[in-house]
Amino acid sequence: MSTPLFDYTLRLADTALVLGHRLSEWCGHAPILEEDMALANLSLDLIGQARALYDYAGAVEGKGRDENALAYMRPEPDWRNLLIVEQPNGDFATTILRQFLVAAYLYPFYRRLAGSKDATLAAIAAKAEKEMAYHVRHSGEWVIRLGDGTDESHRRISEALADFWPFTGEMFEVDAGARALIDAGLAVDPASIRAEWEQTIDRVFAEAMLARPRDGWMQTGGLSGRHTEHLGHLLSELQYMQRAYPGLTW
Amino acid sequence: MPAAATPVSDVDQRRKALAAAATVVDPEVPVLSIADLGVLRDVAFEGETVVATITPTYSGCPAMSLIALEVDLALEKAGFRQRRVDLKLAPAWTTDWMSAEGREKLRAYGIAPPAERGSGRGALFGVDEIACPKCGSSNTERLAEFGSTACKALWRCKACKEPFDHFKCL
Repeated sequence: MSTPLFDYTLRLADTALVLGHRLSEWCGHAPILEEDMALANLSLDLIGQARALYDYAGAVEGKGRDENALAYMRPEPDWRNLLIVEQPNGDFATTILRQFLVAAYLYPFYRRLAGSKDATLAAIAAKAEKEMAYHVRHSGEWVIRLGDGTDESHRRISEALADFWPFTGEMFEVDAGARALIDAGLAVDPASIRAEWEQTIDRVFAEAMLARPRDGWMQTGGLSGRHTEHLGHLLSELQYMQRAYPGLTW
Repeated sequence: MPAAATPVSDVDQRRKALAAAATVVDPEVPVLSIADLGVLRDVAFEGETVVATITPTYSGCPAMSLIALEVDLALEKAGFRQRRVDLKLAPAWTTDWMSAEGREKLRAYGIAPPAERGSGRGALFGVDEIACPKCGSSNTERLAEFGSTACKALWRCKACKEPFDHFKCL
Protein backbone atom coordinates (compact mmCIF):
# COMPACT_ATOMS: atom_id res chain seq x y z
CA MET A 1 0.00 0.00 0.00
CA SER A 2 1.36 3.38 -0.90
CA THR A 3 1.80 6.16 1.63
CA PRO A 4 1.21 9.89 1.11
CA LEU A 5 4.96 10.53 1.26
CA PHE A 6 5.64 7.91 -1.40
CA ASP A 7 2.88 9.31 -3.63
CA TYR A 8 4.09 12.86 -3.15
CA THR A 9 7.72 12.03 -3.92
CA LEU A 10 6.68 9.96 -6.92
CA ARG A 11 4.65 12.84 -8.36
CA LEU A 12 7.65 15.13 -8.22
CA ALA A 13 9.89 12.46 -9.70
CA ASP A 14 7.48 11.61 -12.52
CA THR A 15 6.97 15.24 -13.45
CA ALA A 16 10.73 15.79 -13.53
CA LEU A 17 11.47 12.67 -15.59
CA VAL A 18 8.68 13.12 -18.13
CA LEU A 19 9.60 16.76 -18.72
CA GLY A 20 13.27 15.79 -18.90
CA HIS A 21 12.44 13.10 -21.44
CA ARG A 22 10.41 15.52 -23.56
CA LEU A 23 13.33 17.96 -23.64
CA SER A 24 15.73 15.15 -24.53
CA GLU A 25 13.65 14.51 -27.65
CA TRP A 26 15.03 17.80 -28.98
CA CYS A 27 18.60 16.53 -28.88
CA GLY A 28 19.92 16.88 -32.41
CA HIS A 29 16.78 18.70 -33.59
CA ALA A 30 16.87 22.15 -32.00
CA PRO A 31 16.82 25.19 -34.31
CA ILE A 32 20.37 26.23 -33.43
CA LEU A 33 23.34 24.42 -31.93
CA GLU A 34 23.39 26.52 -28.73
CA GLU A 35 19.76 25.69 -28.14
CA ASP A 36 20.37 22.02 -28.76
CA MET A 37 22.94 22.08 -25.96
CA ALA A 38 20.72 24.21 -23.74
CA LEU A 39 17.72 21.89 -23.99
CA ALA A 40 19.92 18.85 -23.38
CA ASN A 41 21.36 20.54 -20.29
CA LEU A 42 17.92 21.46 -18.97
CA SER A 43 16.87 17.88 -19.59
CA LEU A 44 19.86 16.62 -17.66
CA ASP A 45 18.96 18.75 -14.64
CA LEU A 46 15.45 17.31 -14.59
CA ILE A 47 16.57 13.72 -15.05
CA GLY A 48 19.10 14.20 -12.25
CA GLN A 49 16.38 15.54 -9.97
CA ALA A 50 14.14 12.63 -10.94
CA ARG A 51 16.84 10.10 -10.07
CA ALA A 52 17.29 11.50 -6.57
CA LEU A 53 13.51 11.60 -6.07
CA TYR A 54 12.98 8.02 -7.32
CA ASP A 55 15.79 6.83 -5.12
CA TYR A 56 14.05 8.37 -2.13
CA ALA A 57 10.57 7.19 -3.18
CA GLY A 58 11.93 3.64 -3.38
CA ALA A 59 13.43 3.95 0.10
CA VAL A 60 10.17 5.37 1.49
CA GLU A 61 8.20 2.54 -0.09
CA GLY A 62 10.59 -0.06 1.32
CA LYS A 63 9.80 -2.78 -1.20
CA GLY A 64 13.20 -2.83 -2.81
CA ARG A 65 12.22 -0.85 -5.91
CA ASP A 66 15.10 1.34 -7.03
CA GLU A 67 15.15 4.29 -9.41
CA ASN A 68 15.29 2.00 -12.43
CA ALA A 69 12.36 -0.14 -11.32
CA LEU A 70 10.26 2.98 -10.73
CA ALA A 71 11.20 4.65 -13.99
CA TYR A 72 11.22 1.69 -16.34
CA MET A 73 8.84 -0.92 -14.99
CA ARG A 74 5.66 0.93 -14.04
CA PRO A 75 2.68 0.90 -16.39
CA GLU A 76 1.06 4.13 -17.49
CA PRO A 77 -1.77 4.30 -14.89
CA ASP A 78 0.86 4.21 -12.11
CA TRP A 79 2.43 7.45 -13.31
CA ARG A 80 1.64 10.60 -11.33
CA ASN A 81 3.15 13.42 -13.37
CA LEU A 82 1.37 16.64 -14.29
CA LEU A 83 -0.41 16.32 -17.61
CA ILE A 84 1.30 19.41 -19.02
CA VAL A 85 4.72 17.73 -19.12
CA GLU A 86 3.56 14.70 -21.11
CA GLN A 87 2.09 16.81 -23.93
CA PRO A 88 4.03 16.54 -27.21
CA ASN A 89 6.80 19.06 -27.81
CA GLY A 90 5.17 20.66 -30.81
CA ASP A 91 7.36 23.37 -32.31
CA PHE A 92 10.15 25.19 -30.47
CA ALA A 93 7.80 27.92 -29.23
CA THR A 94 5.51 25.29 -27.72
CA THR A 95 8.36 23.55 -25.91
CA ILE A 96 9.79 26.81 -24.59
CA LEU A 97 6.44 28.16 -23.44
CA ARG A 98 5.71 24.98 -21.51
CA GLN A 99 9.21 25.04 -20.01
CA PHE A 100 8.62 28.58 -18.83
CA LEU A 101 5.20 27.85 -17.29
CA VAL A 102 6.53 24.81 -15.44
CA ALA A 103 9.90 26.27 -14.41
CA ALA A 104 8.25 29.45 -13.10
CA TYR A 105 6.25 27.11 -10.85
CA LEU A 106 9.01 24.67 -9.85
CA TYR A 107 11.52 27.39 -8.95
CA PRO A 108 9.54 28.83 -6.00
CA PHE A 109 8.16 25.35 -5.31
CA TYR A 110 11.60 23.88 -4.67
CA ARG A 111 12.67 26.95 -2.71
CA ARG A 112 9.78 26.23 -0.31
CA LEU A 113 10.42 22.52 -0.30
CA ALA A 114 14.03 23.21 0.72
CA GLY A 115 12.52 24.18 4.07
CA SER A 116 10.68 20.86 4.42
CA LYS A 117 10.95 18.97 7.69
CA ASP A 118 11.78 15.95 5.56
CA ALA A 119 15.58 16.18 5.36
CA THR A 120 15.90 14.24 2.09
CA LEU A 121 13.23 16.19 0.22
CA ALA A 122 14.78 19.40 1.54
CA ALA A 123 18.23 18.37 0.29
CA ILE A 124 16.98 17.43 -3.18
CA ALA A 125 14.97 20.64 -3.36
CA ALA A 126 17.90 22.86 -2.36
CA LYS A 127 19.83 21.59 -5.39
CA ALA A 128 16.83 21.66 -7.71
CA GLU A 129 15.95 25.25 -6.82
CA LYS A 130 19.25 26.58 -8.11
CA GLU A 131 18.88 24.61 -11.33
CA MET A 132 15.31 25.74 -11.91
CA ALA A 133 16.43 29.35 -11.59
CA TYR A 134 18.41 28.86 -14.79
CA HIS A 135 15.41 27.22 -16.45
CA VAL A 136 13.22 30.25 -15.66
CA ARG A 137 15.81 32.66 -16.98
CA HIS A 138 16.58 30.74 -20.15
CA SER A 139 13.00 29.90 -21.12
CA GLY A 140 11.82 33.38 -20.08
CA GLU A 141 14.34 35.03 -22.41
CA TRP A 142 13.03 32.92 -25.28
CA VAL A 143 9.40 33.66 -24.46
CA ILE A 144 10.25 37.35 -24.81
CA ARG A 145 12.17 36.84 -28.06
CA LEU A 146 9.38 34.82 -29.62
CA GLY A 147 6.46 36.81 -28.23
CA ASP A 148 7.99 40.14 -29.20
CA GLY A 149 9.60 38.76 -32.34
CA THR A 150 7.99 38.34 -35.74
CA ASP A 151 4.30 37.97 -36.49
CA GLU A 152 4.93 34.29 -37.07
CA SER A 153 6.78 33.69 -33.79
CA HIS A 154 4.14 35.68 -31.89
CA ARG A 155 1.37 33.65 -33.48
CA ARG A 156 3.04 30.37 -32.61
CA ILE A 157 3.78 31.15 -28.99
CA SER A 158 0.29 32.62 -28.52
CA GLU A 159 -1.22 29.38 -29.78
CA ALA A 160 1.03 27.39 -27.45
CA LEU A 161 -0.13 29.53 -24.54
CA ALA A 162 -3.79 28.98 -25.40
CA ASP A 163 -3.16 25.24 -25.67
CA PHE A 164 -1.23 24.89 -22.42
CA TRP A 165 -3.10 27.25 -20.12
CA PRO A 166 -5.85 24.73 -19.30
CA PHE A 167 -3.11 22.41 -18.03
CA THR A 168 -1.78 24.87 -15.45
CA GLY A 169 -4.62 24.42 -12.96
CA GLU A 170 -3.28 20.99 -12.06
CA MET A 171 -0.11 22.50 -10.60
CA PHE A 172 -2.19 23.89 -7.75
CA GLU A 173 -4.24 20.81 -6.95
CA VAL A 174 -3.93 19.34 -3.47
CA ASP A 175 -5.46 16.02 -2.48
CA ALA A 176 -5.99 14.65 1.03
CA GLY A 177 -2.61 12.91 1.16
CA ALA A 178 -0.70 16.01 0.12
CA ARG A 179 -2.75 18.14 2.52
CA ALA A 180 -1.68 15.96 5.43
CA LEU A 181 1.96 16.34 4.40
CA ILE A 182 1.55 20.11 4.05
CA ASP A 183 0.02 20.32 7.52
CA ALA A 184 2.93 18.29 8.89
CA GLY A 185 5.45 20.72 7.34
CA LEU A 186 6.79 18.14 4.90
CA ALA A 187 5.27 19.38 1.66
CA VAL A 188 4.60 22.67 -0.11
CA ASP A 189 1.16 24.23 -0.25
CA PRO A 190 1.01 25.29 -3.90
CA ALA A 191 -1.36 28.12 -2.99
CA SER A 192 1.59 29.73 -1.18
CA ILE A 193 3.58 30.09 -4.40
CA ARG A 194 0.76 31.04 -6.74
CA ALA A 195 1.30 34.78 -6.42
CA GLU A 196 5.00 34.47 -7.24
CA TRP A 197 4.26 32.19 -10.20
CA GLU A 198 1.77 34.71 -11.58
CA GLN A 199 4.17 37.61 -11.03
CA THR A 200 6.96 35.84 -12.92
CA ILE A 201 4.59 35.11 -15.78
CA ASP A 202 3.17 38.62 -15.86
CA ARG A 203 6.64 40.19 -15.81
CA VAL A 204 7.85 38.11 -18.77
CA PHE A 205 4.57 38.29 -20.68
CA ALA A 206 4.54 42.10 -20.40
CA GLU A 207 7.86 42.18 -22.28
CA ALA A 208 6.76 39.41 -24.63
CA MET A 209 3.55 41.19 -25.67
CA LEU A 210 1.51 38.27 -24.36
CA ALA A 211 -1.44 38.34 -21.99
CA ARG A 212 -1.98 35.80 -19.22
CA PRO A 213 -5.20 34.00 -20.19
CA ARG A 214 -8.17 34.02 -17.88
CA ASP A 215 -8.59 30.85 -15.85
CA GLY A 216 -11.35 28.74 -17.32
CA TRP A 217 -11.97 25.03 -17.37
CA MET A 218 -8.85 23.17 -16.31
CA GLN A 219 -7.55 19.73 -17.27
CA THR A 220 -7.01 17.30 -14.42
CA GLY A 221 -6.09 13.66 -13.87
CA GLY A 222 -2.31 13.23 -13.85
CA LEU A 223 -1.97 13.14 -10.08
CA SER A 224 -4.39 10.22 -9.87
CA GLY A 225 -3.00 8.38 -12.89
CA ARG A 226 -5.54 9.39 -15.53
CA HIS A 227 -3.38 10.54 -18.39
CA THR A 228 -3.75 11.90 -21.88
CA GLU A 229 -2.99 9.53 -24.74
CA HIS A 230 0.52 10.95 -25.07
CA LEU A 231 2.07 9.42 -21.96
CA GLY A 232 1.75 5.86 -23.20
CA HIS A 233 3.63 6.68 -26.38
CA LEU A 234 6.34 8.43 -24.40
CA LEU A 235 6.71 5.46 -22.03
CA SER A 236 6.86 2.99 -24.89
CA GLU A 237 10.09 4.67 -25.95
CA LEU A 238 11.42 5.44 -22.46
CA GLN A 239 10.81 1.93 -21.16
CA TYR A 240 11.49 -0.09 -24.29
CA MET A 241 14.87 -1.51 -23.36
CA GLN A 242 13.95 -2.67 -19.85
CA ARG A 243 10.67 -4.10 -21.11
CA ALA A 244 12.40 -6.02 -23.89
CA TYR A 245 15.38 -7.11 -21.79
CA PRO A 246 14.38 -6.90 -18.09
CA GLY A 247 17.31 -6.22 -15.82
CA LEU A 248 19.63 -5.28 -18.66
CA THR A 249 22.69 -3.32 -17.54
CA TRP A 250 25.46 -1.57 -19.47
CA MET B 1 33.89 4.65 18.42
CA PRO B 2 34.03 8.17 19.91
CA ALA B 3 36.57 10.46 18.33
CA ALA B 4 38.41 10.98 21.63
CA ALA B 5 39.22 7.29 21.79
CA THR B 6 40.56 7.13 18.24
CA PRO B 7 44.12 5.84 18.28
CA VAL B 8 46.77 7.85 16.47
CA SER B 9 47.11 5.15 13.84
CA ASP B 10 43.48 5.69 12.82
CA VAL B 11 44.16 9.37 12.33
CA ASP B 12 46.99 8.39 10.03
CA GLN B 13 44.75 5.96 8.21
CA ARG B 14 42.17 8.66 7.69
CA ARG B 15 44.80 11.04 6.39
CA LYS B 16 46.03 8.36 4.01
CA ALA B 17 42.49 7.67 2.77
CA LEU B 18 41.76 11.36 2.34
CA ALA B 19 44.95 11.86 0.35
CA ALA B 20 44.09 8.89 -1.86
CA ALA B 21 40.54 10.08 -2.54
CA ALA B 22 41.80 13.60 -3.23
CA THR B 23 43.90 12.34 -6.14
CA VAL B 24 40.74 11.78 -8.18
CA VAL B 25 40.18 14.47 -10.79
CA ASP B 26 37.03 15.79 -12.43
CA PRO B 27 36.77 13.81 -15.69
CA GLU B 28 35.48 16.89 -17.52
CA VAL B 29 38.06 19.30 -16.07
CA PRO B 30 41.07 17.09 -15.43
CA VAL B 31 43.19 19.88 -13.91
CA LEU B 32 40.86 20.00 -10.90
CA SER B 33 40.87 17.40 -8.17
CA ILE B 34 37.57 16.61 -6.49
CA ALA B 35 39.08 18.21 -3.38
CA ASP B 36 39.71 21.46 -5.31
CA LEU B 37 36.12 21.34 -6.53
CA GLY B 38 34.61 20.75 -3.12
CA VAL B 39 32.98 17.57 -4.41
CA LEU B 40 34.90 15.45 -1.88
CA ARG B 41 33.18 16.24 1.42
CA ASP B 42 34.63 13.77 3.89
CA VAL B 43 36.51 10.54 4.43
CA ALA B 44 35.78 8.65 7.63
CA PHE B 45 35.88 5.16 9.07
CA GLU B 46 32.96 3.01 10.10
CA GLY B 47 34.72 0.18 11.85
CA GLU B 48 37.02 -1.29 9.23
CA THR B 49 35.19 0.33 6.35
CA VAL B 50 36.47 3.55 4.85
CA VAL B 51 33.58 5.77 3.75
CA ALA B 52 34.20 8.58 1.28
CA THR B 53 31.41 11.12 0.94
CA ILE B 54 30.97 13.07 -2.28
CA THR B 55 28.36 15.60 -3.34
CA PRO B 56 27.17 16.29 -6.89
CA THR B 57 27.66 19.68 -8.48
CA TYR B 58 24.47 19.52 -10.54
CA SER B 59 21.71 16.95 -9.86
CA GLY B 60 22.18 15.46 -13.29
CA CYS B 61 25.96 15.66 -13.45
CA PRO B 62 26.90 12.53 -15.43
CA ALA B 63 30.42 12.64 -14.01
CA MET B 64 29.27 11.58 -10.54
CA SER B 65 29.13 7.84 -11.17
CA LEU B 66 32.59 7.92 -12.74
CA ILE B 67 33.94 9.99 -9.83
CA ALA B 68 32.44 7.52 -7.34
CA LEU B 69 34.07 4.63 -9.19
CA GLU B 70 37.44 6.37 -9.32
CA VAL B 71 37.33 7.23 -5.62
CA ASP B 72 36.66 3.58 -4.89
CA LEU B 73 39.58 2.53 -7.11
CA ALA B 74 41.91 5.11 -5.54
CA LEU B 75 41.07 3.83 -2.07
CA GLU B 76 41.61 0.25 -3.19
CA LYS B 77 44.97 1.17 -4.66
CA ALA B 78 45.91 2.78 -1.36
CA GLY B 79 45.30 -0.57 0.33
CA PHE B 80 41.83 -0.16 1.80
CA ARG B 81 39.95 -3.42 1.51
CA GLN B 82 36.53 -2.37 2.78
CA ARG B 83 35.27 0.73 1.06
CA ARG B 84 32.08 2.62 0.40
CA VAL B 85 31.35 5.82 -1.47
CA ASP B 86 28.31 7.75 -0.26
CA LEU B 87 26.52 10.44 -2.21
CA LYS B 88 25.34 13.30 -0.02
CA LEU B 89 23.01 16.02 -1.31
CA ALA B 90 22.82 18.36 1.69
CA PRO B 91 24.09 20.95 2.04
CA ALA B 92 23.82 21.63 -1.68
CA TRP B 93 27.12 22.13 -3.47
CA THR B 94 28.00 25.67 -4.35
CA THR B 95 30.83 27.11 -6.42
CA ASP B 96 31.91 28.85 -3.19
CA TRP B 97 33.40 25.54 -2.12
CA MET B 98 35.89 25.64 -4.92
CA SER B 99 39.29 26.35 -3.43
CA ALA B 100 41.32 29.42 -4.39
CA GLU B 101 43.89 27.03 -5.79
CA GLY B 102 41.12 25.34 -7.80
CA ARG B 103 40.00 28.67 -9.26
CA GLU B 104 43.53 29.50 -10.31
CA LYS B 105 43.97 26.05 -11.89
CA LEU B 106 40.73 26.58 -13.81
CA ARG B 107 41.86 29.95 -15.11
CA ALA B 108 45.25 28.55 -16.16
CA TYR B 109 43.40 25.74 -17.96
CA GLY B 110 41.43 28.31 -19.98
CA ILE B 111 38.13 28.23 -18.08
CA ALA B 112 36.93 31.42 -16.42
CA PRO B 113 36.28 30.50 -12.77
CA PRO B 114 32.97 31.27 -11.07
CA ALA B 115 32.71 34.64 -9.39
CA GLU B 116 33.26 34.62 -5.63
CA ARG B 117 29.95 36.12 -4.69
CA GLY B 118 28.47 33.90 -2.03
CA SER B 119 25.80 31.29 -2.51
CA GLY B 120 22.88 33.70 -2.37
CA ARG B 121 20.29 33.60 -5.11
CA GLY B 122 21.70 36.87 -6.40
CA ALA B 123 24.81 35.01 -7.46
CA LEU B 124 22.80 33.10 -10.04
CA PHE B 125 21.70 36.25 -11.79
CA GLY B 126 24.55 38.44 -10.64
CA VAL B 127 27.17 40.33 -12.52
CA ASP B 128 27.72 39.06 -15.97
CA GLU B 129 31.20 40.54 -16.08
CA ILE B 130 33.57 37.70 -16.67
CA ALA B 131 37.28 38.21 -17.29
CA CYS B 132 38.84 36.38 -20.22
CA PRO B 133 41.01 33.57 -18.81
CA LYS B 134 43.51 34.07 -21.65
CA CYS B 135 44.13 37.82 -21.84
CA GLY B 136 42.37 39.04 -18.69
CA SER B 137 40.15 41.54 -20.49
CA SER B 138 36.68 42.18 -19.07
CA ASN B 139 35.44 43.07 -22.55
CA THR B 140 33.64 39.76 -22.97
CA GLU B 141 30.21 38.55 -24.01
CA ARG B 142 28.11 35.50 -23.36
CA LEU B 143 27.50 33.37 -26.44
CA ALA B 144 25.35 30.68 -24.83
CA GLU B 145 23.97 30.06 -21.38
CA PHE B 146 24.84 26.38 -21.67
CA GLY B 147 28.15 24.97 -22.74
CA SER B 148 29.95 21.66 -23.10
CA THR B 149 28.88 20.48 -19.62
CA ALA B 150 26.06 21.34 -17.21
CA CYS B 151 28.40 23.51 -15.12
CA LYS B 152 29.70 25.70 -17.92
CA ALA B 153 28.51 28.49 -20.21
CA LEU B 154 30.13 29.60 -23.46
CA TRP B 155 31.68 33.07 -23.64
CA ARG B 156 33.82 35.05 -26.04
CA CYS B 157 36.50 37.66 -25.45
CA LYS B 158 36.00 40.73 -27.62
CA ALA B 159 39.59 41.88 -26.95
CA CYS B 160 41.57 38.80 -27.96
CA LYS B 161 38.67 37.22 -29.93
CA GLU B 162 39.04 33.86 -28.19
CA PRO B 163 35.98 31.87 -27.16
CA PHE B 164 36.16 30.34 -23.68
CA ASP B 165 34.18 28.32 -21.15
CA HIS B 166 32.93 29.95 -17.98
CA PHE B 167 32.27 27.83 -14.91
CA LYS B 168 28.83 29.06 -13.85
CA CYS B 169 27.99 30.29 -10.37
CA LEU B 170 25.76 27.94 -8.43
